[in-house]
Amino acid sequence: MELVCPAGTPAALRAALEAGADAVYCGFADETNARNFPGLNFSRPELAAAIDLAHARGKKVLVAINTFPRAGAEPMWHRAIADAARFGADAIILADPGLLAHAADRHPDQRLHLSVQAAAANADAINLYAREFGVRRVVLPRVLSVEEIAAITPEISVETEAFVFGGLCVMAEGRCSLSSYATGQSPNMNGVCSPASHVAYDSAGGQQSARLGGYLIHQRPQGATMPYPTLCKGCFTSRGETGHIFEDPVSLDASRLVPALARAGVTALKIEGRQRSRAYVAEVVRAFRAVVAAIGSDTPPPAAALARLAEGQAATTGAYAKTWR
Amino acid sequence: MPLTFPQAVRNLPAPPLFPLTFLLGRLMRRVAARHPAILTRLGPHAGARILIDAQEGPVLFLMEPAARRLTAHDRSHVPPHDACITGPMADFLSMLHGLEDGDTLFFSGRLTISGDTSAVLALRNALDDAELDLTEEIIATLAAGDAAARLMRWGLRRAGALAGVSLHRQPEDR
Repeated sequence: MELVCPAGTPAALRAALEAGADAVYCGFADETNARNFPGLNFSRPELAAAIDLAHARGKKVLVAINTFPRAGAEPMWHRAIADAARFGADAIILADPGLLAHAADRHPDQRLHLSVQAAAANADAINLYAREFGVRRVVLPRVLSVEEIAAITPEISVETEAFVFGGLCVMAEGRCSLSSYATGQSPNMNGVCSPASHVAYDSAGGQQSARLGGYLIHQRPQGATMPYPTLCKGCFTSRGETGHIFEDPVSLDASRLVPALARAGVTALKIEGRQRSRAYVAEVVRAFRAVVAAIGSDTPPPAAALARLAEGQAATTGAYAKTWR
Repeated sequence: MPLTFPQAVRNLPAPPLFPLTFLLGRLMRRVAARHPAILTRLGPHAGARILIDAQEGPVLFLMEPAARRLTAHDRSHVPPHDACITGPMADFLSMLHGLEDGDTLFFSGRLTISGDTSAVLALRNALDDAELDLTEEIIATLAAGDAAARLMRWGLRRAGALAGVSLHRQPEDR
């Protein structure tokens, strides 16, 4: 199975390659990708050099251009696709049907992957993207159980890529408007969920609070664990009860499910975290390299023991082993 | 009972600020010259004044990247700033040397931030990409000759090991 790893900077990309990544995914430093954070991502020269470096080591670079263009601003996205193709990207990860049509038309030899942001969660939707735009791989939305993935793979003609570690979104990727509601900006259109420019932390009276767009979303004792400042992980009071209304601040860790994902026909395993440091990338990639190496052997996959790196310092297998339906 | 590193540092007298600021200024200018990508990556946030509060330390540090300035300040005179990062010095050094992840430290409550969140995020990402080695930057700042550089490397490694802090990049991170 191919191990697809995140890189928000050239240093993180080198760390991923050193740690055993088969492919690294990254994006340009603008609104064309869904991790458009301050100080993050690649300039044009940095991406060209990164692709050359990866290819020299026999590895791949996948370029995420997975936001939805604003009307009238399409040239920024078209330039990103053209530049990624010119630099030799092994695949471009897209979500918007208009961009997929553009890429298929203008860059017919370019391999295209369907982003998780497209939320193609069934065989009919995946086959539509494959038929209409020549998509070769789909990044599966994090709403499917292992059994559902096993049922989908025989019905589609494209490769599948499944998230195995990292932050989780609410179960409507590419369609979530929570960030827009609070800040006017979203990962879908602006490439940034809960933009840092709208986040304010404050410490007073032994408490630390986090506000997003002026809304108080967390208040914890100083020194207690703190999740990302997103509305979906916010702690609210409703009907007299205080808790995480949308979802708990935990991260995905599907390391023990990797053999089952392999049996379900999954082609590639994806690690989330382009916003994280090279230390995170190196540690998680090394752990999953060992997990992948154990596939097919008699020994069980090694426990990844990565919970301390996770949001909320706790892990879940998410929808892969869901029991709530 | 031996003192831990934070206890030992807390017990130190506050260093004289002028010579410390002079050395920090030289270090900052040297780092900016050797790693221009840091300022590029900071972009519009390079002008932010970021206060670094290593909780156990006797002084505060104010970083002004665009001005290539790093100054030391007495705790009783907090300088005007746009953002503040608070945490243990050992964690700051581990982050700088790629041994610890900033988000992990934040999730665990060891690091706290206030003020301009964008500037803090940009600085974290810019420094992470720069793959700095504090020992080598200090040697370059002091323009130490080969023999002096070897001695300083040995001394700083020993000091870091004794104090339990990272003063240089690990070999496997190169």
